[in-house]
Amino acid sequence: MITKRIIPCLDVKDGRVVKGVNFLGLADVSSPVKLAKFYSECGADELVFYDITASAEGRALFTDILTEVASTIFIPLTVGGGINTVEDFDRVLKCGADKVSVNSGAIKNPSLISQAAQKYGNQCVVISADIKRVDGEFKVFAKGGRENTGMEAISWIKKCVANGAGEVVVNSIDTDGVKRGFDIEMLKAVREAVNVPVIASGGAGCIDDFTKLFKEIPDMDAGLAASIFHFGEVQISDLKKELAKNGITVRL
Amino acid sequence: MIAVIDYGVGNLFSLTSSLKMIGAKSIVTSDPNEIKKADKIILPGVGAFGDAIKKLRDLSLDKVIIEEAKNGKPIMGICLGMQLLFEKSYEYGEHNGLGLLKGSVVPMQGVIPSELKIPHIGWNSLNIKKEHPIFKYIKENDYVYFVHSYFATNCEDSLLSTTEYGATLTASVALDNVTGCQFHPEKSGDIGLSILRAFDEWEVAR
Repeated sequence: MITKRIIPCLDVKDGRVVKGVNFLGLADVSSPVKLAKFYSECGADELVFYDITASAEGRALFTDILTEVASTIFIPLTVGGGINTVEDFDRVLKCGADKVSVNSGAIKNPSLISQAAQKYGNQCVVISADIKRVDGEFKVFAKGGRENTGMEAISWIKKCVANGAGEVVVNSIDTDGVKRGFDIEMLKAVREAVNVPVIASGGAGCIDDFTKLFKEIPDMDAGLAASIFHFGEVQISDLKKELAKNGITVRL
Repeated sequence: MIAVIDYGVGNLFSLTSSLKMIGAKSIVTSDPNEIKKADKIILPGVGAFGDAIKKLRDLSLDKVIIEEAKNGKPIMGICLGMQLLFEKSYEYGEHNGLGLLKGSVVPMQGVIPSELKIPHIGWNSLNIKKEHPIFKYIKENDYVYFVHSYFATNCEDSLLSTTEYGATLTASVALDNVTGCQFHPEKSGDIGLSILRAFDEWEVAR
């Protein structure tokens, strides 16, 4: 049986993991390489690295780190952040990334997805969408959730999948950071609209939130979170045991 | 020394890194002499079957691989590399493969229920059908990482393990010195590394 995936997301800036890392038992808590290794050993099914660096030096540092992670950790790696061109795809894939996640880059240049899918295959291209309700409608936001693009989210995602995106990350701005659970309504709407894997992001605060996600949307593929893992509020090994206990197929 | 065949199909970074990790000596090459000198061969690959077999033929590597396989040299095909070992593929038309294993490669579409997503991407468990030296560290139901839309069929004589995804799909194969994994050992964590380690340690009587 194919498993549900649990995915920690690491935001990297100038070579360090940011968004508060507070781990017991890890000496260098903000080292992306050490944190990635820790997660891999805890049973993470995949890792997402998000490059939030603005400078060219930071970008070079990010690819160095990615190379180091990919040389020591042998689970799927997705990379996002600052992906605007096919050359950006090439840059991170050469460093060992398996999938590349695009967000604002695809909004600015909608042909990016089709170009990348043709070159590297659909399985390599992930569309990541930051979505927020505006007047009762799901809208796509750009620039890290700061700018309303005015586009309706479900049709945007469908278009991206039609263009060749092989996976969708749905980040609900409405539930992000609130820690009261995933945005079931929004995720259901996306899940029903496309026939590629969908990854839920935004809102996980405890183990039960993941159980609820997979119980209420049985064909949801994966759950992604950052701070609850970084702060040790949820241990991936405990989470997966609990999911298994609830009859949800996970890799233990 | 393991020769990892480089024919311009896919990214070899993770594969060569994982071989380094387990302490296996490897060389990435498209040079027939290097391939002949090596003790073992890994044939990687992602992408479309037709393009891949054409690239192998254009580099005259198909003949080298077939000859080395017939000489008893251990070979492991990974993902598309495994599919290339078979007689035929029906991916966008009909293509002849290397013909080292009996069987053909067919689309999942129409075989698995339509509500299941294609490609089959993710961690899935192995059902072991036959013991084999490359699986010496592997247990029933161990999880490995798959990314594929086509699968090998009619390959009973080489079938080593299967996985369930709306249908029973070929996960790995082996016949004498010729082996293959549909999944990616280089992306399957410790389980995957142990398959590569077992392949590296495998001594075939020649």
